[in-house]
Formats: sequence, C-alpha cells, structure tokens
Amino acid sequence: MKTALLTIVFILLVCLSLIVGVKDISWVNFSSWMNSGTQVFIISRIPRTIALILAGVGLSISGVIMQQISLNKFVSPTTAGTLDAAKLGILAGLIFFPGASHLFQMGFAFVFTILASLLFMVMLRRIKHRSLIYIPLLGIMFGNVLAGIGTFFAYKFDIVQNMETWLIGDFSKVLKGNYELIYISLPLVIITYLYANKLTALGLGKDMAKSLGLNYNLFVLIGLTCVSLTVSAIMITAGAIPFLGLIVPNIVSLFYGDNLKKSLPYTAILGAILILFCDIISRIIIYPFEVPIGLTIAIIGGISFIIFISKRLRYA
Amino acid sequence: MISIKNIDKKYGERSILNKLTINFPKGKVTSLIGSNGTGKSTLLGVVSRLLPKDAGHIFVLEKDIANISGKAFAKQLSFLKQSNHTHIRLKVRELVNFGRFPYTRGKRMQEEDHQKVDRALQFMDLEEIADSYIDELSGGQRQRAYLALVLAQDTDYILLDEPLNNLDMRYSVQIMKILKQFAHEFGKTVIMIVHDINIAAYYSDYIAALQNGRIAYFGKTKEIIQPHILEKIFGLEFEVIEKNDRPVCLYFN
Amino acid sequence: MLKKRILLLVAIAIGVVSIYMFTLLGSSPEYVFSRRATKLAAMLLISCSIGYSSVVFQTITENRILTPSIMGFESVYILFQALIIFIYNGSEVHPLESHTNFIFSVFLMIGFASILYLALFRKGKVSVYFLLLIGLILGTIFMSMTGFIELLIDPNEFSIIQKYLFASFNDINTNLLGISTIILLSTLIGGAFILHKLDVLSLGKDHAVNLGINYQRLVQISLLLITVQVAISTALVGPITFLGILIANLSYEFLPTYKHKYTILGACLIGIIFVVGGQYLVENLFNMATTISILINCVGGIYFIILLVKSRTI
Repeated sequence: MKTALLTIVFILLVCLSLIVGVKDISWVNFSSWMNSGTQVFIISRIPRTIALILAGVGLSISGVIMQQISLNKFVSPTTAGTLDAAKLGILAGLIFFPGASHLFQMGFAFVFTILASLLFMVMLRRIKHRSLIYIPLLGIMFGNVLAGIGTFFAYKFDIVQNMETWLIGDFSKVLKGNYELIYISLPLVIITYLYANKLTALGLGKDMAKSLGLNYNLFVLIGLTCVSLTVSAIMITAGAIPFLGLIVPNIVSLFYGDNLKKSLPYTAILGAILILFCDIISRIIIYPFEVPIGLTIAIIGGISFIIFISKRLRYA
Repeated sequence: MISIKNIDKKYGERSILNKLTINFPKGKVTSLIGSNGTGKSTLLGVVSRLLPKDAGHIFVLEKDIANISGKAFAKQLSFLKQSNHTHIRLKVRELVNFGRFPYTRGKRMQEEDHQKVDRALQFMDLEEIADSYIDELSGGQRQRAYLALVLAQDTDYILLDEPLNNLDMRYSVQIMKILKQFAHEFGKTVIMIVHDINIAAYYSDYIAALQNGRIAYFGKTKEIIQPHILEKIFGLEFEVIEKNDRPVCLYFN
Repeated sequence: MLKKRILLLVAIAIGVVSIYMFTLLGSSPEYVFSRRATKLAAMLLISCSIGYSSVVFQTITENRILTPSIMGFESVYILFQALIIFIYNGSEVHPLESHTNFIFSVFLMIGFASILYLALFRKGKVSVYFLLLIGLILGTIFMSMTGFIELLIDPNEFSIIQKYLFASFNDINTNLLGISTIILLSTLIGGAFILHKLDVLSLGKDHAVNLGINYQRLVQISLLLITVQVAISTALVGPITFLGILIANLSYEFLPTYKHKYTILGACLIGIIFVVGGQYLVENLFNMATTISILINCVGGIYFIILLVKSRTI
C-alpha cells in the first residue's frame, strides 16, 4: 500500500522533473518538441533528473551508514563535517593542482572526506554521558571549523571568498558530459544493499557485532569509504546538499524500523522523492529563474529537522 | 516529616506517578523499594524539586515546598542522584566544601563550615585522599566524596537515589550505619532508594513500595518484610528468616 | 600557583601590547600611534567580552568544545548585511551609515537570541542543547541564504559584503567604540557578581539545584550577558568565531581550577595576547593580506581539532 503510493509519487516527480524548466517542453507541440526539445531533454533534463535521483539515493543511504556506524540517529554528512571536508578537499585540489580534471578533484575530495570521517568517529568514541543532541552540535561545529580553516587558504590563494557559501548545491549546471562521475554512487548503493544485514548488525555496537562474528573494523572502513566516495562525487557534480542524509533515514526509521534489508529500498526511494520535490520547487518558485537547491533543501530540511526533534527530544 | 499529597507526574502520555500520597516519618530511615520503572527515582526527583510535578502538593515542616525559595530549600533538603560525574578539576575537599554553599553563598567559609566538612570527610573515610583530584579516584571513592558533600550540607532531610552504587560491601555497610546514626542521633529524615532488599530490611525503620504510580505498601520494616507482601512487590517467591532480631530475605529459588 | 600564572599572563599581555603600540611607528608616529590606540581599545574590549562569554557559555553547556559562535548570531549578522547590500544594490558603499548599521545589527542579533533562547528556555521544558541545535540549524539556513544572495550580487557589491564576513579592527568608529565600551564594561562588571554561582553550576545542573541555585534564572542571566557581549562585539568588529574556543581552553589548560574568577581573567588575558599579537602580525608580516579574523579562525580551528584528538572525554 505504502509502497505503491511511493512508487506512483516517484514516477510523477520524475516526469515533472523532465518537463519543468525554463525551456518549456510541451507535450502538445510534438513535432517541434522532437527537434529543439530533444536537445534539452538529452543534454540537460535527463542527466539532471538522473543526477538528482542518484544524489538523493546516495546521500540518504550515506546517512544510514553513518548512523549505523556511530550509533546515533543524528549523524549525517551534514552533521559530521563530511560535506565541509569534501569542499576542503576540492579547495586543496584547486590550490595545488589548478586545472586538474574532475576525477582528480574528486580524488582529493575523497581523501579529505574519509580522513575527516575517521576523525569524527574517533571523536564519537570519546563522548560520554551526553545527550543525543550533543553529537550533531559537535558535528556541525566540526564542519564550521573545517570551513574556517578552508576560508583561510581560500582567501590567501584568492580562490574563493567564503567557504561556507561556496559550492552551494545546484543542479542547473548538470549537463551531459560533466555529470557522469556521480554514477560512482550507484555501485556503492548496491554494495550497501547487499551487505544490509551486516550493516544492521553494526548498529548493535562494536562488542555485539564482534560477538556475532562480524569483522567490525573492516566494515566500518568499507562503510566510510562508500560514504566518502558518494559525497565527493555528489559534491563535484552538484555541490553541497544538506540535511538529506539526516532526515530521510529518520523518517524511514520511524515508519519502517531499522531492519535495513527491508527499509533500505524505502530510504532510497524517499531520498529520491524528496530531492526531486525540492529541485522542482527550486525551478518553479521564482520562475524563470532558479533558486539553488542547496538553499531550498537547507530551508525545508532544516525546518523539518527542527520539527522532528522537537517532537521527540525536548528534554534531552 | 515530609507530607506528599496526590502527586501526578507524566512523561508525555505515560503516567509515572498517579495521585501518590505518603507521609515520610521524621527522624527515621525509610527505604523505597520496588521493581525498575515503578517511579521511585521520579518520586525523589519531584520531592527534591529537580523534576516539575504535574499536580499535587508536597509539605515539609507544614510548608508547601512550592513556596520555598531555592536558597532556603537547600538548607532543608539535600538530594544525591544515582550517577555523578564531573569533568572539572576539583579536589575531594573542594567538592565537599561545596556542600556548605547554601550557607556561605560564596563567601568565606567559617569555623563551623570547616568543622562540618571535616566531619563529613571523616565519616566517609576520605581524610587521606582529601587533596586528590576527583577525576583520579575510583568509582567508589568518587561516590563517597559526593556522599560527603551531602553530609556536609547537613540538612534535616536527605534523599538518596541508590547511594550504594559502585561501593563494595565494606563501604555499603559503613554508609548505612552512618545514615542510621544521622537519623537516630541527629534526628535527620533519610529517604533512600535501595535495590538490595536485605540492606533495606536490615537498616531501615520504614519501607515503602511503589506500584502503578502509587504507594502500594508502606509501614514499619517488620510489617513489610513478609513473604506474601514481597512476592506481590517483586514477583518472586520469598522466605523470611530472623537473625539478630532482624529479618533476612531469601529469594534465590 | 594560580596567582603566579596570572601574573605571568599579565606580564606577557603588557609585553605584547607594548610591542604593538611602540614599535615600527614609521614616519608619522603620532598618527600611527593614535590609530593604534583606537584599535587597541577595541581589541582589549573584544578580548574581554569574548573571554567572559566563552567561559560562561561552556559552563552553562557543561562542555569544553562549544562556543557562543554556534548560537547563530553571526549568521544573522552576515545575512542582514548581505540583504541590505542586495536590496539597495548599485552602490559601491554600504547603504547604511555605520551608526544605523550598528544599531540595527545589534537589535537584530539580540532579538534573535531573545526569541530563541530566552523565550523558549523560560518555559523550562527544553534543554539548552536543544535550543543550541535549533540556533545552529537556523544559522546554517541563514548562511545558505547568504550564499544565494552572494550569487545574485555583482562583484562590486560583493566586495562590500566581504568586509562584513570577517572581523577586522582596521576601521573602528570611535563613537560606536565609546558606546560599546560602556555597554560591554557594564556586562563585565555585572557579570562579576554571578561568578560564585557559576562555580557551583560547574558541578552540573542537579548538584547546583541541590545546593540552592536557581538554575533557570542563572542560565537566563548568563545567556543574556553572553548575547549582549557577542552581539555588540560582532556588530563592532565583525564575526570573530573561534577566538572563544581558543582562549577558553587555553585558559583551562594554563589555570587548572574550577573558579571562574581565574578562568575568565585568564581567558581575557590570553585573548589580549592573541588578538593584539595577531593584529601585529597581520599589519606587519602579512601586510594586511589577511584579516585577523581569518587568521584566528584558522588557528582556532586547528586547535579545536587537536583538542578533540587529545581529549580523553569530550
């Protein structure tokens, strides 16, 4: 029942995403659509929609992985400094190897991202006796610190004025030919699904997982690698997209529980739905101009998160 | 005497305390017993004013505590929670000195204050480590330090939530003896939550048991430590024998 | 031992201030000196405000890692500047005259904090952490909005915003400095009265309540003081984000005590050393190629990470 509903909504949004835009593709004018319309379709709309779906799925699942590893529902690429680390990596790449290919930049981003993720995990081990909310607080602050360090170098090398507002999520520049890197997230998502049960076990904690025969450290490393690759790929392709990895897993967990084999597909589809929805709104709201999706999701996602925790955790 | 009337306390939709009413006798040791989750900690939290209540009244010395200022209340009633940790650099003596804060309010400590602190350190066997930092102590030593703080606070009413956590047997017994002394010799009213039914049976004057947010059983120790009552409270078969004029419980079958 | 260390800090602070003021005066010493004097006054004031607010904030939140910068003030300030510049586009100077800008900025920041922290906290039903998280998320949202506006603004106007993105002691308005001094000194003097209560609070909320502290009231007063201090500091010199975490923690390291009168004093002195020293470097070594704020954020940021790695518990 819920599945059917979600699938219908998804397909609807995909269609909308393909249609909505500055260059109007009207189904009525079929013949002229076949000429200029197809161009837009092939070069912009289809790649954009695919990128959106992959980003939505990738970020949501990254959120799940991070939450299972850190045993905290509020860890995500936004609240663990992951996004900021990726930006820092791209910045470093630009400083030391200006003019390098996208792939190379992504490599740099990946290195910084995984180092930051490991650092964050180390931090988490040290936190004791704290309220649940303390961890995302710490994570966002950690992200701000990375951005602050980045701003120093960005300023010095005259690359960017302000790290915090650089690389704001924006799919409008996604075109055929410059977005293919994001396909990397696809095999990662599949790997995650194949190992879903092991991932669930991770969420029981290190000792418990070990006693169940799981090679804990190995899987944590695999998980963080997948997350770092995904986030880096998305960052290069479209910029920073906050809150998705935070909200989607929490909503899914509320309705479908934490047995990942069952709930991962829902996480994926809900992530896609949410990001498509936000992007379509971004295209419509000040038509014919676009608001960058990073802003739309920051507002919608941020407010959703606030409502979410206020229902559950005022007293923490 | 602490007089508690019709206390309600909810967490969201769940009702923890339901028109709870009880009078804790003055100058005696009363133990709160019962299974987990029955609201014992919540009750102490409400009485100590750490938790707000949803309804009801609490009277200490005939006065409604809702009307007493924090400063005055701290001189009448002290409360120690189950878990105590701190990350600040404090020596044992400095921690216990805080127990006098309701009286000194940050000004210099007087002779009397120092005496009370010394006495508390003595009772808790802390004189040798009085100048050590508390983050260097073991769990048991730290617990004793916090207990010393409460003793130094020297209030007429002392509320303790599982004070014997982390303590080995020798200190558990020592502290129970001191609490009894505080009650019978100094006239203090001690209300404590203990998990070990035999400690409660041996050292308390009165026992109260909570169930369904209410006081299910309350009375002198000998009245409550009876097999049929204990079975209803804990859901276990009990046998009670007497030794040294005190009840001892056997429930291991 | 503590007193000796405080004296050491005082000595170093005086040393740094002297070097800043009296060396490299160049060809027109009177002009340079008077300019430096103004900057020095601002630096002393800001260092003390940030020192006080950071230490107190960490006591209220029972931790060593967070600072008032996460409360969201700076995002409000930056967004306001960006909005104004965007709305009144086309000019090369900031559309608002500095007094007006100052007053509006301060009111906005204090208003934001009042609604979020003071009003919500008064109900007593939410924890401080919860409020901080809301403030932080709102801050993230505001920064995203600012980023969007930056995309829309043309480069000429952008260089105006840039001035407000980072703290700088270079152009301090003396009138504003005067008002700020009066207000901030009042908060510091008033704040001295609650120091012994803050000592008790550092035991944790439950113990503080047990010992007779009115927790709600103490936290609200502290938040109010912090709000005023951070708002005025930010409006006067700009966002100075990580200075707080740097000086508060260095103070705890150097002066291992729970007594706030020492840790706050230590934080202020260390702040003076860093800010005046940093400004000296910016003026003479970096040749104004960077602002003090960026320098401090970088240093503070790295220190933060080292702190996290070193701490046994957080």
